[in-house]
Amino acid sequence: MTAADTQAAGPPVPPVPRAPEKIGTPPSSPSSPSGQDAARTRPKKRRKSGELLPYLLILPAILAIAAVYVYPLIKTVIMSFQDLGRAALWGNGETPWVGFEQFTNILGDPEFWSVTGRTVVFMTLCVVLTMGIGLLIALMMLRLSTWVRLTLTVALIAAWSMPLMVAASVFRWLADSDYGLINTLLADITGDEDRWLGHNWFLDPWQGFGIITLLVVWGAIPFVVITLYAALTQVPRELEEAAALDGASAFGVYRFVTWPVIKPVFTMVATLSVIWDFNVFGQIWLLRGNKPEPDYETLGLYSFSKAFESTSFSQGSAIALITVLMLSGVAVYYLRQLIKTGEVE
Amino acid sequence: MSASTPTNPPAQVLRPDRSRNRLGYNILALVTAALMAFPVYWLIVSSLRPNHEIRSYDQTLWPSSLTFDNFARAVKQDNFATAIQSSLIVSVTAVVGGMVIATLAALAIGRFRFFGRKALMMVMILVQMLPPTAMLIPIYLQLNALGGIDEYWGLIVVYLVSTLPFATIMIRGFVINIPVELEESAMVDGCTRMGAFRRVIFPLLAPGLAAASIFALVNAWNEYLFAYILINDNSKYTLNVWLMTFTTERGTDYGALMAASTLISVPVVIFFMIIQGKMATGLTSGAVKG
Repeated sequence: MTAADTQAAGPPVPPVPRAPEKIGTPPSSPSSPSGQDAARTRPKKRRKSGELLPYLLILPAILAIAAVYVYPLIKTVIMSFQDLGRAALWGNGETPWVGFEQFTNILGDPEFWSVTGRTVVFMTLCVVLTMGIGLLIALMMLRLSTWVRLTLTVALIAAWSMPLMVAASVFRWLADSDYGLINTLLADITGDEDRWLGHNWFLDPWQGFGIITLLVVWGAIPFVVITLYAALTQVPRELEEAAALDGASAFGVYRFVTWPVIKPVFTMVATLSVIWDFNVFGQIWLLRGNKPEPDYETLGLYSFSKAFESTSFSQGSAIALITVLMLSGVAVYYLRQLIKTGEVE
Repeated sequence: MSASTPTNPPAQVLRPDRSRNRLGYNILALVTAALMAFPVYWLIVSSLRPNHEIRSYDQTLWPSSLTFDNFARAVKQDNFATAIQSSLIVSVTAVVGGMVIATLAALAIGRFRFFGRKALMMVMILVQMLPPTAMLIPIYLQLNALGGIDEYWGLIVVYLVSTLPFATIMIRGFVINIPVELEESAMVDGCTRMGAFRRVIFPLLAPGLAAASIFALVNAWNEYLFAYILINDNSKYTLNVWLMTFTTERGTDYGALMAASTLISVPVVIFFMIIQGKMATGLTSGAVKG
């Protein structure tokens, strides 16, 4: 009985203590001195084949990435300078080149700018909420009894493992105007049945984006918490205690002992969140029943609807390209962080 | 009275406020856990409660009775069997193919120093950040030209390659944790490079490979955008696209939708529980952090 209990409780525990040691071990360098010695003493022919081998190994990956990422990206660039509509898609006639016309059209369209503004505001809100709440929960996890921490971890993993499609259905159901739980609860709490029963959350885009933000933040928190918690367990307990004994306040300990240790991981996760939340597509698309109103369009949806609803693939491509360019700065920053921490070694 | 103090463990004397604060944090954490898990609870409860409670203006947190009617309707929905089949064919093929290619690339990146190695890793990290819509338009047009719309292979290729970057980087994280000396000593003892891989590296890599493939499988299983755009034939819908058939012009059959969603989530949750330990480390040290 007790053995079964400990075994059942066992599996979820390991990641927590195991995490620091995994991250802490420096990656064994492939070019150890012994390897160089061996290469020097070996015959020349063997070294030649050794030089070719890695290229053979990465060849399939390169071909695959070229076919599904690089080629489409180039195609996106090309299409942005053409006018590819329905006629050209079915092979009727040449696709005309239009130079920068698509871009001048888009950049001169006030709708594009309001979509961009909406995307940026929505992204900022999601990132701030996700990182803020995530950090607070991760800090809280350090101060819990073991069984409570386990319960919380299980809840986080359960939320994390819900497929986006399913999670979106549940949230759509919770926010349903007639049969949704949110309306029922609000009517019960406020006692104002006329106000809340039958209230349509998606009539007003601000309220609608509130529900969407809830879904996005809820879905992103588990990853953030588990990653930050793994980083927090690496903070040496002795240092925190020493600082506290020397008279540092709780905030002081956090600011000068804990934060410097977790800062690289925090920056990394925040940068990823910026990119993910900028590209949010599915949550909005699914909550609006596959047909988001113009008021709900972010850049991804705007590009999608231009391409697939208005069958102007060139307009869609140009918008997608502008999005990629906007994000490239963030992506480069992320990459520099990775290089700085020695992850790309 | 004075005798009771020395019997306390010294740690508690040093930190007298720990246990008092802990209760507050514990309660807060349990509330957080309840909030995080609530949508999961609501999914399961809604799938089990009778339909008249679902179509009710007065939602209750707890069902009055449990029924499997919703599951019966979900299973009887058109194309359920073919949707399972499609999802399995597409995700399993994509993951198996993706893992072979990713393992080869991860071995090259983790074990050799060659020109372009860093560039390859950077490309792999960067392509994961491309917005899906930027890929969707050209891929749709290209598959349309090649006759790959409504065909499994089109979707398989897309899923295979989209699992490739993170799988490669994740497996590389496991490769560099295997000491190179093990491989070298096997080769000194007469193994070929292939033999050393098969006898020494592969067994050590297997848990990492399992984690990466489950992660890839879950991603492929959950994908719906490309599936929705690239497959228009009802009989070839994957499960996620099939879920959309519960919403018609007359409204959404939420009971059946929740039951079907529960069925689809079960394999994902089980797999997630298996690898969740690997995932925290895999995501921080492997896939995401590079």
